[in-house]
Amino acid sequence: MLCKLAFKSELRQGLYNFIIDCPEMAKAAKPGQFVHVLCGGSAYLRRPISICDAVNDRFVRFIFEVRGKGTAELAKAQPEQLLDVLGPLGNGFEVPEELSGEAVLIGGGIGIFPLLMLAKKLPQKPLVMLGFRDKQSAVMIREFSNAAKEVFVASDDGSIGHKGFVTDMLKSKIASGAKIDKIYTCGPVPMMKIVADTAKENNIECMVSMEERMGCGVGACVTCTCTMTDGSRRRVCKDGPVFNGAEVDFDG
Amino acid sequence: MADLRVNIAGVEWSNPVTTASGTFGFGREYAEYFDLSNLGAVCLKALSAKPRLGNRSPRIAEVNDGILNSVGLQNPGAQHFIDNELEWLRQFDTKIIANLCGSTVEDYVEVAEILGDKVDMFELNISCPNVKEGGMAFGTDPKMIEDITSRVKAASKVPLIVKLSPNVTDITEMAKAAEAGGADAVSLINTLLGMKIDIKTRKPVLYNNMGGLSGPAVMPVAVRMVYQVRRAVKLPIIGMGGIATGEDAIEFLLAGADAVAVGTAGIVDPYAWIKVRSGINDYLDRNGYNSVKDIVGKVDING
Ligand SMILES: Cc1cc2nc3c(=O)[nH]c(=O)nc-3n(C[C@H](O)[C@H](O)[C@H](O)COP(=O)(O)OP(=O)(O)OC[C@H]3O[C@@H](n4cnc5c(N)ncnc54)[C@H](O)[C@@H]3O)c2cc1C
Ligand SMILES: Cc1cc2nc3c(=O)[nH]c(=O)nc-3n(C[C@H](O)[C@H](O)[C@H](O)COP(=O)(O)O)c2cc1C
Ligand code: FES
Repeated sequence: MLCKLAFKSELRQGLYNFIIDCPEMAKAAKPGQFVHVLCGGSAYLRRPISICDAVNDRFVRFIFEVRGKGTAELAKAQPEQLLDVLGPLGNGFEVPEELSGEAVLIGGGIGIFPLLMLAKKLPQKPLVMLGFRDKQSAVMIREFSNAAKEVFVASDDGSIGHKGFVTDMLKSKIASGAKIDKIYTCGPVPMMKIVADTAKENNIECMVSMEERMGCGVGACVTCTCTMTDGSRRRVCKDGPVFNGAEVDFDG
Repeated sequence: MADLRVNIAGVEWSNPVTTASGTFGFGREYAEYFDLSNLGAVCLKALSAKPRLGNRSPRIAEVNDGILNSVGLQNPGAQHFIDNELEWLRQFDTKIIANLCGSTVEDYVEVAEILGDKVDMFELNISCPNVKEGGMAFGTDPKMIEDITSRVKAASKVPLIVKLSPNVTDITEMAKAAEAGGADAVSLINTLLGMKIDIKTRKPVLYNNMGGLSGPAVMPVAVRMVYQVRRAVKLPIIGMGGIATGEDAIEFLLAGADAVAVGTAGIVDPYAWIKVRSGINDYLDRNGYNSVKDIVGKVDING
């Protein structure tokens, strides 16, 4: 579908905030779903990018980091330009009608973006834990603060927030006796693995959002699979990207 | 509007466009984008007698104007397909082609027997480069092609397409072997074995290290092979490899293909199949042809 790029900004060097005008998509979007964007230039395949928010039943917002040639090309797009976007795609986060305890959202790096819409949609404000490389790469803390009961920040080098893993904060929250009903996480696999293991040890339901190289994005080419604990392989684009953390084999 | 009907080995297609196996699942996903009755035939992802898990990810790598894949024929098995997908697919006015895979001759015969005459055509995938146990070997040895073709032919009355691998020195030998084995049609090309290295990590992008190349990058090779095979055998030809537009498809038809399949282009654009179909029609109308059959093999060769 062709959608107009309505707004563009650079949140920090190499990190772009796009808002596209696409009412159909905005109405249908659920947190954790993604859009599949044709970037132009010599990038042949589309690029999957999480929906960060849907605004006024009209706009879809996504935030992406320039990594390689596709995202570099996309970053050149100008407002009013038409973008070829498929979406919303995939199975997003399940949003419960009520929570029997805290909801904890744990994001690392570019994995934090889909958590913003989730934080806004949950029936109560969640605890949000964000992990960054360093102070320079830390973004969106204020926006998350508005949607969260509390925001905790960690960085690898300690230049902002807690020095160390974002998962340390989850562990200490659990140790402090907080009653946690659900955990939602998106970020690097090693981080999500620790989150899923910690959730399992403490009998907390945990949803993880997986990342894999994709072709079609709609479930047809079966190139994007991740391995499950029962040994089967499922499509990240269609069966996921959000899975029950207990069912994913992070080493498979 | 030109007459788009084609007849492939006795099976009437409403138009010459089908899907390249493995890029279209069992059709459900793209049915959300367009009516599958717009396709002459739907060629399904490979089916084996028993379910196959496929390879580890990453299974796809982007290259210049194309992709590499190493799916490894992941599928739920032929019986699962019959029980869960076939009836749904039958609601569409299109022919159904089952793509058969296996590791031994017996495997292929078994899938053909499981499917019986429940589908309209079989396509024998003897050319997938991902199966260590023999997928490659079948498709690159004329004797084995003839043998496996005749064995599957003996086991079933369903019109049989043999899908040829481009990873050979002389594709016409393979086509002749399929014809000798009793094939009703041939399709080509399957993917070309390739490799992509991430220079940052110095590791291959695919977990499997190597995979099959498809998309626009392979098209000139595919057109050349269709042209050669057209001159070597009498069988109907389904041409594929990089087709993304009607103009691309016309090249294949001129080279001698009776029908075309679109795969990788659809992975990028869900409407590629429909666009190719209407693009063929536009070309025919623009150039005053009444039927798609009028341009098959009509390349005007130099010299
Ligand atoms: C479901 C999902 C949601 C995502 N959400 C976001 C997001 O909100 N913001 C963001 O910045 N990034 C996100 N990503 C990662 C983003 O898709 C990649 O960074 C991007 O595809 C890289 O493309 P490139 O052109 O920069 O790199 P290139 O190296 O040119 O890419 C080459 C090929 O590899 C693929 N590829 C490379 N890295 C990745 C990766 N990490 N994950 C999947 N495919 C990859 C590309 O899609 C392309 O097909 C998401 C990925 C997935 C699967
Ligand atoms: C992701 C993917 C999966 C494929 N799976 C199969 C398969 O199961 N059986 C088969 O015969 N060919 C398979 N192929 C090959 C295609 O059917 C086709 O021969 C090839 O991709 C060339 O056409 P294209 O460039 O239009 O994709 C696959 C190709 C791709 C890209
Ligand atoms: S990307 Fe094609 S099935 Fe997931």
